Amino acid sequence: MNNTGSKKSIVIIGNGISGTTLARHIRKNSTHAITIISDETPYFFSRTALMYVYMGYLPFSDTEPYEPQFWKDNSITLLQQRVTRILPEKKLLKFDDSRLYSYDTLVIATGSIPNFLGWPGQNLKAVQGLYHKQDLDQLEAWTASIQNAVIVGGGLIGIELAEMLHSRGKKVHFLIRESHFWNTVLPQEEAELVTQHIIANGIDLHLNTELKSITSDEEGRANGVYTKEGTLIPCQWVGLSVGVSPNIAFLDQSDLQLNKGILVNRYLETNQKGIYAIGDCAEQTEPQQGRAAIEAVWYTGRMMGETLAQTLTGKKTPYTPGPWFNSAKFFNIEYQIYGKVSVAPDSQEERQLLWKHKFKNRTIRISYHPTTLRFLGCMSLGVRFRHAYFDAALRNHKNMEYILSTLEESFFDPEFYPNYKKEIQMLWELEKSNLIL
Amino acid sequence: MSLGLIGLLVLCLNGIPLFVNATLLFALCFLSMTLGGILYFKALYGSTLAGIKNDGVWFNALTSKGISGWILGLVLTGFYIAIYWFPELLGYRTETASVGLVAFFDPLSVLLNGKLATQWFMYGTLYTFAILLFGIKFIWKYRSNPYQIFRTLSVVFFQLCFAFLLPELLSKLNPEMPYFSKDIKNMWPLNYYFFDAWHLEGMLNGKSIGQFFLIFGLLMIFVISPLLTYRFGKRWYCSWVCGCGGLAETAGDPFRQLSSKKISVWKLERWMIHFVLVFVFITTVAVVWSFLGTQPELSLVTKERFILVVVVLLLLILLSLFIKHKNGFPKDAKYTLISVVSILLTSIGLHYFSGQQNIFFFESYTFQKWYGFGIGAAFSGVLGVGFYPLLGSRVWCRFGCPMAALLGLQQRLFSRFRITTNGGQCISCGNCSTYCEMGIDVRAYAQRGANIIRSSCVGCGICSAVCPRGVLKLENGPLENRITNPTYPLGNTL
Repeated sequence: MNNTGSKKSIVIIGNGISGTTLARHIRKNSTHAITIISDETPYFFSRTALMYVYMGYLPFSDTEPYEPQFWKDNSITLLQQRVTRILPEKKLLKFDDSRLYSYDTLVIATGSIPNFLGWPGQNLKAVQGLYHKQDLDQLEAWTASIQNAVIVGGGLIGIELAEMLHSRGKKVHFLIRESHFWNTVLPQEEAELVTQHIIANGIDLHLNTELKSITSDEEGRANGVYTKEGTLIPCQWVGLSVGVSPNIAFLDQSDLQLNKGILVNRYLETNQKGIYAIGDCAEQTEPQQGRAAIEAVWYTGRMMGETLAQTLTGKKTPYTPGPWFNSAKFFNIEYQIYGKVSVAPDSQEERQLLWKHKFKNRTIRISYHPTTLRFLGCMSLGVRFRHAYFDAALRNHKNMEYILSTLEESFFDPEFYPNYKKEIQMLWELEKSNLIL
Repeated sequence: MSLGLIGLLVLCLNGIPLFVNATLLFALCFLSMTLGGILYFKALYGSTLAGIKNDGVWFNALTSKGISGWILGLVLTGFYIAIYWFPELLGYRTETASVGLVAFFDPLSVLLNGKLATQWFMYGTLYTFAILLFGIKFIWKYRSNPYQIFRTLSVVFFQLCFAFLLPELLSKLNPEMPYFSKDIKNMWPLNYYFFDAWHLEGMLNGKSIGQFFLIFGLLMIFVISPLLTYRFGKRWYCSWVCGCGGLAETAGDPFRQLSSKKISVWKLERWMIHFVLVFVFITTVAVVWSFLGTQPELSLVTKERFILVVVVLLLLILLSLFIKHKNGFPKDAKYTLISVVSILLTSIGLHYFSGQQNIFFFESYTFQKWYGFGIGAAFSGVLGVGFYPLLGSRVWCRFGCPMAALLGLQQRLFSRFRITTNGGQCISCGNCSTYCEMGIDVRAYAQRGANIIRSSCVGCGICSAVCPRGVLKLENGPLENRITNPTYPLGNTL
């Protein structure tokens, strides 16, 4: 706090949502020199939009939220360089061309890399994950020669890859270890519904199936995969999407405390003075109750950036994200969650009210505490909800009576959409009579 | 698709005299285009699940300014140039009966209004047909979204009934009635000649129908339209009723992503559209003033009273501006101020320094004629539609439509309409901005968690429809706290 008035050189490694949000908010509050270093792309782009570039929805330039002039206007220096080492004691960075770069404050926001779990053949040509812009370029380069694609791993990137390749006319084999898509997050009914929707879209879904190895042609390119049951699926491309891990390999000799990610306290400080870590690559040593130590999500990256900007401009602030929320889209089905909705709720702690549309892909699941009736969370498929409504309800510990009587305010679907207020209220009346019994 | 192309081919080749029943040929031609279109749309959307897809939009040359986009742009532009300035190329004849393409429309024209077709009848028919046919395509594509379905049914209905059938039928029923625009939804200032002498005379001499149109027109301008804009935003007109909007939303839909989202283009847009508005306002005042001077027997008010009313109206606007910005003026309010004062001075100057027909140096109708050429024809037709495949579907609405400008000011200043951003859910993907036909960088607001309140927004609802995370919602609500500027989007605790 003793140096708040003086101008510092703040260097941020990584130009994703975390680093960019941080830079923007430092600039709002101060005149510190800001440098953002990334070797991925010259400008910040929306990583989540890479799929739309591949599908032809957007030109790549439209994924960049700010025009090039923005960075000049806000005197934020952008360097397209790869950092290979950090020298904390000298406050220096080393680039891959051996040049050195000095800093007063360093923030690491290098995001994630796709997981490769040691499968035989995972380093063959035409085997890849999808995270960086380079991954997209690589996929684009392979595309013309793909007829059959295999995607391994039933998570969010997996289903994106399936939709992407399907939209370009490829036959997609989607290998999922579980019995239903994403059933570690989606409760049974929702997971079943999404699974059916994947199949209805023409994806060849292989449930309860794990990858054993990838086979190769004489040029070293993948030409098929073996499943653990021994089935061979011929293909020309393999997408691996079994999660991501913090992108921290370049920090091995940096004297930073590392676990899965870069260990940080509530103030996003690493063990080295003047070095912070935010976003996917940061691992909380004391995460908030009910929250994971690493949350590789757009929104948490943004919030860490907002928080650290406070600290770096003179107002030391702990990272305290508000109630959990997230969203996704599975082909045509939108997904939203606010608060906590467990896959296997502990009957003493959590009860759930489930509404399902008779024939459309729409569900609403509301969690609450069985005795106090406190509202715990809401998850929906195909129905849009108002973030502000649930954020306030969760922060103010509202109960189910409040939620059910004000449900009208919670809907966020466009005008002329039906809302299912009455049906859900009737379900709740039924549920209440069960509770009393 | 091929069937539709054959129909189109017949349409193009009809310069060749064919010994077939003209009515039958006409009907067959449009039937085959309709059928061909529907078969093509079925191939596009018939076998996919409901849900909005924009697969390959930027890979297709037609929709990404490729070679076929340029060719289509040139053909459309050429067609407009022919209609406006060389109608004889399309077969239109003033002395004898028309031939070729124009004459091809005779059967329908005789049926509807009892006269042979003109190039304008041909244009109106094709225009309405395009809205109908591509309206089907639009509804098919966006069928998962009820807002899009209702909105499209509405624009199709207003084009077909109010812009096309009703005016034609009215002129058949009252053939001796002098000409005036019988499209009651086509109001000033989009219909910039509403206050022209010939048009006013037409209405005033048009017996009760004419007077109904005059009174309804005035009511629309001063009462109905501001009230509807207050209640629903300018979308009630621009994307639910307007014919230009109707074509842009249906036939123009495949090109909506081509509008530029650059900040520099937004700047240009604000200069152009407000210049057009001021210009239309000045010419209208001048034209009415000279009408009142030359035709006192038809006038309801004297010249002096008219100028007085205009001055009082503008002073009221000025006063409200000063009240709204007690604590200093932002830049855009300053421009408004300058515009209003310049109209004010023109109006007063008109009275004291001008002869019967002049606005200072120019004859008022010379002024009007330039406008008619510059805005009415060149801009709305040639640039507005001809350049769909190059500049997007709303070039005219964005840069040149005085109506959009006027409704936009009302929307910005006193409307319940806004696009609400859903807390912190935005992931900055950019679909909303790319598919905004008006070139609004929607994402710039959404990613900050701010509501979108822009005078240019026509409320088409596509940003909300294409958002993959349920972030945007078109809403009407209280005026208080409608404009938001949060430091942080929702989600954090700071």
